[in-house]
Order: sequence, then C-alpha cells, then structure tokens
Amino acid sequence: MSTAQIIEDKLHAALAISELQIVNESHMHSGPAAESHFKLLLVSEEFVDKGLVKRHQMIYKILADELQNPIHALAMHLYTEEEWQKKNGVVMPSPACKGGSKS
Amino acid sequence: MSVIDTIKEQIESNTILLYMKGTPRFPQCGFSSKSSEALMACGEKFAFVNILENQEIRSELPKYANWPTFPQLWVNGELVGGCDIICEMAESGDLEALVKAAAADKSTESE
Repeated sequence: MSTAQIIEDKLHAALAISELQIVNESHMHSGPAAESHFKLLLVSEEFVDKGLVKRHQMIYKILADELQNPIHALAMHLYTEEEWQKKNGVVMPSPACKGGSKS
Repeated sequence: MSVIDTIKEQIESNTILLYMKGTPRFPQCGFSSKSSEALMACGEKFAFVNILENQEIRSELPKYANWPTFPQLWVNGELVGGCDIICEMAESGDLEALVKAAAADKSTESE
C-alpha cells in the first residue's frame, strides 16, 4: 500500500473529515526516497475552537508511526469548514528544497 | 547540563527563538528558509539554533515539544508552530503582531 493511502486510511479512521487532499511532493526534494515529503489539506469540524498547534499535534499523533518512517516532511493545512470557505479553496505552495538534510 | 535543561534554558532566555536547519543566511531546508524569511520580514531580532549542528537537540526537542519536525518557532516560551503555521500567520499579519508584541514586552522588562 502506498504511504498516501495509509495516511488517508488512518485519518479517516480517526477524524470526521469533510475534505481531504494528500499530495506526494517527494519529487521536489533531495534524496532517493519516493515517499518522504507530503502535503495535507484537511477540513474537519473537529478543529473548531482548537489552536493551530493543537490541530497539528492531533495529526502528528495519528500519523506517529509514519512520521518515524518513511515520512520526512509533512506540510499541513488544517481548517474548519468556515475557515476553508473563507480561503476559497486555495492552499499555499510548499517551498523548494535546499538539500541540507539527507536523513 | 542535560539536553532538556539546555533546551528549557534556550526557550526561557530567548523571547523569539527559531530552531531550524541551517542559519537564516544559509538555510538548508526549504521549510526553514521560508520560516526564517517570514520572521526576518517582521523586523525584530530573533535567536536561532541550527539543529543540524546540534544533533542532541535535534533528537530531544521533538519529544519535549510534542512536535516531530523542524523548524519550530518559540515565542515567550511557547511553541508557535512550524513552517505551515508561521507562513499562515505571516500572511494574515498575526506573526508580525506577535513578534512585535514579544519584542516590546522584552524591552519594557529590561528598562
């Protein structure tokens, strides 16, 4: 099973999700790993009244095993439905790699 | 001093602190680069720790912070977040407000 599929399954099992996009951005980065860098867009009402740090920590906990290996970087854009509507469905692009860390 | 004590001391004694890969002038990761640029754009001085040259901090801080990745921005002893949060706050203007307020508090304290 691909890492993106594992991420998707775990998130759906743990959260009530209204929108989910997972992008594998590994090709943008140094190193041979094909499943190392991911970007996540997740819209859920479970984020209501939760600060940004808390939201990220919720996801980090759900994906703790994958973050050990093989995920090296996980960009996250986590919104409530109201916030997502205000954004008009636009997510910031991830930065280009600088190649400093091969681990 | 244990690594955790070093980390605590760094977080307590630096009002605005960025743990990053590389340095603001020579960032070695796109996420660290973007974060330090956003922070520099706020116009206040900030401290940074290059975790590529501090492997113990690199391995211990994620457990202490309950935050597995770098960069990490700490302001007034609290974790603000990583690149995604820093950049979203920069876009909304919240980052500059937070950083300016923290820098102003610090200068009042030292008077």
